[in-house]
Amino acid sequence: MINVIPPALIFIVGSLFVPLLRGKSKSVYLLLLPVISFINLIYISNGVHGAINFLDYQIIFCKIDRLSLVFGYIFHIIAFITILFGINMKNDNEYMAGLFYAGCAIGVTFSGDLISLFCFWEMMTIGSVLLIWARKTRKSLEAGFRYALVHFFGGVILLVGIILYSYENGSIEFGYIGLNGLGSYFIFFGFGVNCAWPFIHSWLTDSYPEATILGTVFLSAFTTKTAVYVLARSFPGTEALIWIGTVMAAFPIFFAVIENDLRRVLSYSLINQVGFMVVGIGIGTELSINGTAAHAFAHILYKSLLFMSMGAVMYRTGKINATDLGGLYRTMPLTCIFCIVGAASISAFPLFSGFVSKSMVMSAAADKHLIIVWFTLVFASAGVFHHSGIKIPFFAFFGHDSGIRTKEAPLNMLIAMGIAAALCIFIGAFPTTLYNILPFPVDYVPYTMTHVISQLQLLMFSALAFTLLYLSAIYPAEIRAINLDADWFYRKGATGFLWLLENPLAWFGNQVKTAIFVTIPKSCIWFSRNPLMALKVAGNYIVIAIFEESFTKEKVERIRHRIVEKITVYPGDVITYSHVGTTVIWVMGFLLAYLIIYIVSGRIAV
Amino acid sequence: MSKKYLFDNPRNVKLLLVLLFGSCLALVIINFFVPKHGHFPWEEWSGFYAAYGFVACVGLVLAAKFILRKIVKRSEDYYD
Repeated sequence: MINVIPPALIFIVGSLFVPLLRGKSKSVYLLLLPVISFINLIYISNGVHGAINFLDYQIIFCKIDRLSLVFGYIFHIIAFITILFGINMKNDNEYMAGLFYAGCAIGVTFSGDLISLFCFWEMMTIGSVLLIWARKTRKSLEAGFRYALVHFFGGVILLVGIILYSYENGSIEFGYIGLNGLGSYFIFFGFGVNCAWPFIHSWLTDSYPEATILGTVFLSAFTTKTAVYVLARSFPGTEALIWIGTVMAAFPIFFAVIENDLRRVLSYSLINQVGFMVVGIGIGTELSINGTAAHAFAHILYKSLLFMSMGAVMYRTGKINATDLGGLYRTMPLTCIFCIVGAASISAFPLFSGFVSKSMVMSAAADKHLIIVWFTLVFASAGVFHHSGIKIPFFAFFGHDSGIRTKEAPLNMLIAMGIAAALCIFIGAFPTTLYNILPFPVDYVPYTMTHVISQLQLLMFSALAFTLLYLSAIYPAEIRAINLDADWFYRKGATGFLWLLENPLAWFGNQVKTAIFVTIPKSCIWFSRNPLMALKVAGNYIVIAIFEESFTKEKVERIRHRIVEKITVYPGDVITYSHVGTTVIWVMGFLLAYLIIYIVSGRIAV
Repeated sequence: MSKKYLFDNPRNVKLLLVLLFGSCLALVIINFFVPKHGHFPWEEWSGFYAAYGFVACVGLVLAAKFILRKIVKRSEDYYD
C-alpha cells in the first residue's frame, strides 16, 4: 500500500510537464519542484513506506533512514541550486533530462529493494546521456555513446549480480551485502563502474567536460555519489575499498596537473574526492562512514560550485581551456570569489566545508593505523589543493591576461553560486549542523589547534611550492593537447577491433563460405561423375607423394603422365568393360566366399 | 588608457607574495609553540606537514611534467 509520495516520483513525473509551461511560470515551476519534494521528504517518517508486491517480491520505493536521508537532503538542495543556475538557459531538453536524472538518483537513494534500485540505476544512465547529448556537438554525441556503453555494461553486470544474489539468498532486500558469494562480487563491480574506480573511471573524465554547461553541474552531483551511497549501505568495511579509494585519491591529481580543459581538471579532482569517500566506506567504522557521508554532502556543494563557476566562465567567454583563459578577475570578480570559495572548500581550508568532512576520513584511517593509506591521503590533500585549489582559479581568473573583457555572470548564476558558497562556509564554520544529520552520533572535533595549524602548514607550503615552481617557470605550461587515459583502451581498442573484423576475420569468413558452398560441393560433383577413376587419380597422387624417392625417374614420369591423361579425359567412359573370363573368375570367387561363410557359420551355430 | 585592475600593479603582486612567504614563516614559528599530538609519531615532529606538503607538491609537478606528460600527451586531433 502506498501511503506516501516517493520523492523520486515528484521529480520524474514533474519533468514530463516542463514543455507544457511557458516563460515565468516555467521558471517558477522548475524551482518549486525540488522545494515541494523536499518538504514532502521532511514529512515522511523514518522506516519503510510504499511497498508493493510484484510477483513474489516486495518492491520498496521509500525506505528512509539516517544514511539515505543525508544523501536525499543534499540531492534536493543541489537540484534546486543547479536549476537556479541554469534557469536562464531556456532549454527544455536539459531541464527535463536533469530533473529526470536527479529524480532517478533520489530513487536509488530511497530504494529498499534491488529491483527498483536497478530500474532507477539504469534510468539514471539514460538521463545523464541525454544531458551529454544536449550539447549537440559531434564530440558530445560520441562521448555520450561511450558513456552509455560503459554504463549499460556496468548495468548488465549489476543485473547479473542481483539475479545471482537473489537466487543465493532468496531475498532482494537492499541492505548490507558484503563480499561473499558470486552474486555479491558482480553487484560490487556494477556499483564500482558508477563509482569511477581506477581503470573504469575514464567515462567520467571523457564525458563530463563534453556535456552542456548546466549538464555538467547536474552530472557532477549525482552519479558517483549515488554509487558512494549504495556502497556505503551494502559494502561497509570491505577492505578492498580502502585500497581502491586510495588509488582513486592519488592518481587523478597527476593527470589534473597537465590537463588543459579546466572542466576536465575538475573531473579528475572529482575522482580524487570520491576516493576519500570510498576509503571511508572501506574502513567501515562509525567515524569513517560518518566521514564518507559528510564528505559527500560537502563535496557535492563545492564541486558543483566549482563546475558552476567554470560554467559561468564558459557561458560568457565560450572557452574553457586554460590556454585560452586568464585574467578574468577583472570583469568577473564575483564569479572569481565564488570559485575561490569552492577552491578553498575542496582544499579543506579551515572554516570551509572540506576541512570538517575530509578530516573525519583521515582520522578514521589513522585510528586504524593504515600508514600507507594515510600518507597517500595527505599527499592527495596537498595535491588537490595544488590543482583544484590553485590551478582552477589561477588559470581562469589570474595568470596571463587573455585580453578577454566580458560581463559578469548573469544574476541567477551568481545567486546559485552564492547559495552554494554560503553553504560551504556555513558547513565549515558551523559543522554541528551537518554532524547532526549524519548516520551515527558524532563525537569528532575538527577545530583543534593542532589540526588547524597542521592543515594550514600543509596547504600554505603547497601554495609556496606552486608559487616557486611557477616563478621559476618549472611549472608545466598549459599545452593544447589531449592526455591519454584508460579510455584509450576502448576508443583505440574499438578501432582495432573493427579492423580485425573487417580484415582478417572477414577474409576467414569468406574462405569458410567459399569452401562450404562452392569448393566442397563442386568437388563432390566432380568425384561422383566417375568415382573409380577419381580414386585412381588420387591413388596415383599418393603413390607419387610417398614413393617418389625410391622409384626410378621413368616410372615417376610414367605415373605423372597417366595422371595428366586421366584428368584430361575425365570423367571419360564411366562404364568399365571387362573380359568374360575376368567376370567368371569374380563370380567363382564370390561363390567360394559364400560357401566358406556358410560352412563356417554353420559350424559355429552348432 | 585602459582601466587598471588590482593585479596590473606590480606592487600588489609583490604584496601578495610577501603575504604568502610571511604566512609560511609565521606558521613555522607558531609551530614551535603549539602542543602537537597525533596518531603517528611523525605528526609530532616540528614542520612535518610543511615539509611533506612542499615535497609532495614539487614531486607531483615534476612527476606529472617529466614522466606522465611524456607518456600520455597527444595532439588534440588524436582521436579524430
